[in-house]
Amino acid sequence: MRRHAFAALLVVATSFALAFLLLPLLALFLRVTPETLLRQLGSDVALDALVVTFKTSLIAHVFILGVGTPAAYLLGTRRFRGRRLVIALVELPLVLPPAVAGIALFAAFGQQGLLGESLGAFGVSLPFTQAAVVLAVILVASPFYLRQAIAAFEAVDPRLLEAARTLGVRPLRAFVRVALPLAAGGLGAGSALAWARGLGEFGATIMFAGSLQGVTQTLPLAIYGQLVQDFDTALAIGAFLVVVSGALLLAVKFLPSWFSSASISPFRSAPSGSS
Amino acid sequence: MVQFRFDLSLPLRAFRLELALEVGRETVALIGPSGAGKTTVLRALAGLLRPERGRIALGEKVWLDVAGGIDRGPEERPVGFVFQDYALFPHMTVAENVAFGGRTRAGELLERFRIAHLAGVRPGELSGGERQRVALARALARDPKILLLDEPLSALDAYTRAGVRAELHEILRDLALPTLLVTHDFQDAGALADRVGVLADGRVLQLGTPSELLAAPTDPFVAGFTGANLLPGLARRGDGGLTVVALADGSLLYSTDAAEGPVSVVVYPWEIAIGREPAEDSALNHVRGRISTLVEVGNRVRVQVGPLVGEVTAASAERLGLEPGHEVVASFKATATRVVPGGDVTSPPAPTPSRRRG
Repeated sequence: MRRHAFAALLVVATSFALAFLLLPLLALFLRVTPETLLRQLGSDVALDALVVTFKTSLIAHVFILGVGTPAAYLLGTRRFRGRRLVIALVELPLVLPPAVAGIALFAAFGQQGLLGESLGAFGVSLPFTQAAVVLAVILVASPFYLRQAIAAFEAVDPRLLEAARTLGVRPLRAFVRVALPLAAGGLGAGSALAWARGLGEFGATIMFAGSLQGVTQTLPLAIYGQLVQDFDTALAIGAFLVVVSGALLLAVKFLPSWFSSASISPFRSAPSGSS
Repeated sequence: MVQFRFDLSLPLRAFRLELALEVGRETVALIGPSGAGKTTVLRALAGLLRPERGRIALGEKVWLDVAGGIDRGPEERPVGFVFQDYALFPHMTVAENVAFGGRTRAGELLERFRIAHLAGVRPGELSGGERQRVALARALARDPKILLLDEPLSALDAYTRAGVRAELHEILRDLALPTLLVTHDFQDAGALADRVGVLADGRVLQLGTPSELLAAPTDPFVAGFTGANLLPGLARRGDGGLTVVALADGSLLYSTDAAEGPVSVVVYPWEIAIGREPAEDSALNHVRGRISTLVEVGNRVRVQVGPLVGEVTAASAERLGLEPGHEVVASFKATATRVVPGGDVTSPPAPTPSRRRG
């Protein structure tokens, strides 16, 4: 009997958790009709926010992938002193409160900031521009990609890279033809995760870039801005973000296994050299 | 004739690896226990790691000269490297794997190694023997000037092994490239190589043809590695020009080798006759003991009698009705009994089955 009671407790707890997590999301869709949601998504505020979000997150993502991939390759495949510390530092923004990220960006790139004067000399002022949105997104989203990408490169058998070298290939080509394809699943998942985090970025953006419609007002900022003025539009944007985030989550969950069906082999866990 | 020469020196965990060798158009096997530095030698030759001191040259072309500041990368050394577990690219097909080394010869090599019908298959679906052929074809697609094989047979099960070994022997003979292979198995080395070097603690104890190592091991370690029985004892000159070796248990063995002082008696399993009573032939040495184990190896049976392992045919084992616990006599001739200096051998390693690290 005891065992049944415990099993029942587990089921109740799981149902409760599921209900609590999904109820608000469900409410988002039940509160207004789908037609209203679609119509409100076509409003100026929502469309402007959509364009700003798409543009800034795309630019941020190009930087994250472009700089993050080679950095993750280095950190994932080379062993050096202080490597673990470097990886920990890379992951620091993951646990940073968004408000801290915002104020830190000010401290670094604001007019009175560390680099503010040098930037000012070139006539560049970052705060409250679209570039500021991009910086905020990169700061909070890139660790999600880096973490995943480092793990993906770590999982590539180093002997495959050595084999490529002994077959007459330079390190860059070994990276492109062997490491990248084998890490693709993990890189894709990390990329989706980072994009999802970047889409939802709120705290650092509102502090460092403000919330100017059509310039720096991203979708999450628009929800906040419309909360009082036009609740339906806020709801519509919210529902839209749920759909996008859900799609990205599915990508994170299933990308690695799709790729692994092509890339996992018995060699992965093969022994290292005998001497 | 193009000669591959190298002279390497680099510190490993417990000792320093010091190795100098010249390899012509022949196959040289380096054998030794795990951790002897075998794989390290191959990696250094391929340019995957840099020795502290050393020089590597193929004919007039210098690949590495640490003192002279020359160190070519792996991609600039015309080496065909076959990795222990073959390290085939799992995301590429057989044809793509082979073409990775070089496109021009890929088709021809697929045909030659009888893997053309597997061209579109990924490595994960191949058998051990097929993988080895793909790995060889890939290594050769680059048109290498020397071949390096790291434990080429250890990834195979005992059943496939003999067949692949014969096949590999033929391939190496046809290629006629300077080839260096490492293995921990003397049988593999003996079957594949023209010369065998026994490597222990970073240096070569003995280098010679397989039959030289069998007939005249200079060192108990070498003898142990070739699969011989080793019995430590004290040698003195006896009657009739024979050497008498007193073993720890007081029994005496006779050998035609001259020796004095602490020695190891070396006798190969196939020189030992097993019988219920001492054999009534010219064999001078008799060791009486109980059978502790009987292991069938193909058509032979390995019989452990006291400290000795002898081999009899499966048929004689049956005829004699050998069972563990039976008291028998192991007999062998004084002329088949080698005596090598060095009695206190610290457990010479019997050829162990491939040990795999997880």
